[in-house]
Amino acid sequence: MDETKYGFWLPVDVSSHGAQIDNLMAVVHWFMLLLFVGWGIFFVYCLVKFRARPGHVATYNPVKAVFTKYIEAAVVVVEVFLLFGLSTPVWFKYKGRPASEKDAVVVQLVAEQFAWNFHYAGKDGKFGKSSTATMSGDNPLGLDPDDPAGKDDITTVNQFHVPVNKDVIVELSSKDVIHSFNIPVLRVKQDAIPGTRIPVWFHATQPGHFELACAQLCGLGHYRMRADVLIDTPEDYAKWEKENAPTPSEEQPPTAQQPAK
Amino acid sequence: MTAPTTHGATTHAGGNEHSHDQDHGHEHAHGHELPFWRKYIFSVDHKMIGLQYGLTALVFLLVGFSLMMLMRWQLAYPGRPLGWVGKLLGENAMPGGVMAPEFYNQLGAMHGTIMVFMGIVPLAVGAFGNYVVPLQIGAPDMAFPRLNMASYWAFLPGGLLMIYSFFMPGGAAQSGWTNYPPLSVLTQVPGQTMWLFAMVLLITSSLLGSINFIVTIVQLRAKGLGFWRLPFFVHAQFVTSFLLLLAFPPLEAAAVLQLMDRLAGTSFFLPTGLVVSGEQLKVAGGGSPLLWQHLFWFLAHPEVYVLILPAMGIVAEVIANNTRKPLWGYRLLVYSVIFLGFMSFVVWAHHMFMTGMGTTMSTFFQTTTMIISIPSVIILTCFLMSLYGGAIRFTTPMLFATAFLPMFAIGGLTGLPLGLTASDIYLHDTFYVIGHFHYVVAPGTIFALFAGIYYWYPKATGKQMDPTLGKIHFWLSFLCMNGIFMPMFFQGMAGLSRRLYDPTIYAHGRAIQSLNVVISWSAWGLFLAQLPFIWNFFSSLARARAVENPWSATTLEWAAPSPPPHGNFPTPPVVYREPYEYSVPGQTSDFHPQFAGEA
Repeated sequence: MDETKYGFWLPVDVSSHGAQIDNLMAVVHWFMLLLFVGWGIFFVYCLVKFRARPGHVATYNPVKAVFTKYIEAAVVVVEVFLLFGLSTPVWFKYKGRPASEKDAVVVQLVAEQFAWNFHYAGKDGKFGKSSTATMSGDNPLGLDPDDPAGKDDITTVNQFHVPVNKDVIVELSSKDVIHSFNIPVLRVKQDAIPGTRIPVWFHATQPGHFELACAQLCGLGHYRMRADVLIDTPEDYAKWEKENAPTPSEEQPPTAQQPAK
Repeated sequence: MTAPTTHGATTHAGGNEHSHDQDHGHEHAHGHELPFWRKYIFSVDHKMIGLQYGLTALVFLLVGFSLMMLMRWQLAYPGRPLGWVGKLLGENAMPGGVMAPEFYNQLGAMHGTIMVFMGIVPLAVGAFGNYVVPLQIGAPDMAFPRLNMASYWAFLPGGLLMIYSFFMPGGAAQSGWTNYPPLSVLTQVPGQTMWLFAMVLLITSSLLGSINFIVTIVQLRAKGLGFWRLPFFVHAQFVTSFLLLLAFPPLEAAAVLQLMDRLAGTSFFLPTGLVVSGEQLKVAGGGSPLLWQHLFWFLAHPEVYVLILPAMGIVAEVIANNTRKPLWGYRLLVYSVIFLGFMSFVVWAHHMFMTGMGTTMSTFFQTTTMIISIPSVIILTCFLMSLYGGAIRFTTPMLFATAFLPMFAIGGLTGLPLGLTASDIYLHDTFYVIGHFHYVVAPGTIFALFAGIYYWYPKATGKQMDPTLGKIHFWLSFLCMNGIFMPMFFQGMAGLSRRLYDPTIYAHGRAIQSLNVVISWSAWGLFLAQLPFIWNFFSSLARARAVENPWSATTLEWAAPSPPPHGNFPTPPVVYREPYEYSVPGQTSDFHPQFAGEA
């Protein structure tokens, strides 16, 4: 993992929508800084100029100030712009479906204390049936062994392979408590809530090895509920799919647990 | 001192014999000393109850702070044994002197719970509200003194049970102060049940208090004290009481529902098909974990304003008094807090943007969140403009009240990127959030509460606190507070999640681990900074008596003797003018009290 990509401010962004979030973040912070410095100058000026000292008396009548109204109006205008100009467009994009949904890679993700179970459809593009009713220690995803669609499915634990430059839809669920799917470099976060299946999508723009962190307190192992995020070149991704495709003799798809690259 | 009474009895300084007129039908023994347990323990006097609340809350604040100092060790030096402290806490919490993750989670959950529900709310509302509001409106006591006593006696057992849960098998609650199910229901430790039970008591206490404040402020104002003559602190407490009254019942109901999920096998918050550690869970299912979040945040967002409004009230009193001029935009301030209180009920779901809500809902809630920032900006502007043209005395309370302004500004401004859904994707549940709300609550509200303690200490004791120790307390606290919370914004921007037992698991956590060391040492420094305050608080009791109105203040509480006797005012006060008539042109003195008749 490239540790130089992280520092005291936003880490590297490798997503298609992240630039808009980073842009909003920059604009908001400049706005905050401007207001704070402006207020700060006035504040310090007042504390010095109007300090109690012999011969100085306070003014009873309130100072007539028009500029406070202008500042408040400006704050309203900037906030409307932040809201509808910068925040909502990227939020609607993030909450919508990817443009090329048909070509997107779909991954089903089932979170549990304290691991991430990834489920890929495999070559046929069809997920085998799964159900919480058949989940057990040996079958963490509750796959139906008799479903032919599931014969070529790939499952992994804490290893999240995705191709670069392609839309990826992750269908999130949880089998026990609330977890949160959080990949800082992809500017993606979404709670995984038991009893629901919530989609979230992204489009990675650079290959690399990153991390998925659980962002919602989920118990004593919350802090170590991490997964490797491997954004592969198309060739690497195809190779990984091939290597991990189950052989026909196998009843259950294997669980890939290769060490991090 | 003596004062004429309608019963012909005399009062003496510090005495408990009351002397006020009997319009308000509350009970008290006439003309004889109350027994110790009626005077100091099961007291119905609003001032004694206020002091009880205040002292208890200060002790709980110190307890909650201590939990955080322990967590800061693990965060600064993950996995390093903690010497004799580790041994003291036992093998379950600190095996081999190293903190266990379960114990870390207990500390986190209990730090939040204790600080909010057992520290700040009881201090801001229970202590300052109880002590100051009846005095500022010229009332002999609260409208329902026994209800007031019941409120404290629901609070204290609630708080003690909450602390006791640390000593139960498996320890205290460990699912965050928000106590989200299913985790909170599935965590099989009795401390988790105790949390809910204690919360029901704490909420009951606040509810009893809130109804009492509303009735007192509406019914018991002195003659001449109209709505626009109330000190801003009373307005703030009035709005706060409505927030408590309307927001707490949903959480009380939710706590009872979660108790039933834990104890009676119901599934209000448990969906169908839960599988825990590979085992199918045998529960009815059909419930929703998000229902809890809605009920919780429907309380907990107004709760934020329960924390900040009394603080703003205190700051307004101290600023007006120490700038020696009327507050700038008094009516605007009042309209703003009313609007703030109203809006605080329609922003709660901005805590839940990441739960998968649709775009319509999230647009509504991010818009209301932006709207609620406007009255906050107006309030801050009014306070800043109040400084302009003043003759500012930098007394200890004024130092804390002055520092409140930039600290609250930082806390408020950093709420913007969290309230906007797009930037919240990245910042949600990171240290940025922790920095944000701590700036509002710690160097914001707690500084205001310190200002209040220094300001009204002479009222409650007749003595002044030592100003030099006060200044040392202020400057050290100010430095350490910023040393703690400022680096958290950088941690949050770097992507570090909150509630992590060991942040160095992640590459982005390792990159900024040095900040955790800075924060932890600042936190331990903040503890040292409180020692002068603790010493000052107790040793000042032995100081010489202060003058009757040591701050030359205008509001009604200074019409009563210090400390006020049972019944407060020797004769019912009459109000002649607005609350902050300082530096009135043509007057000989620079303050013209509300209670002073025309010469």
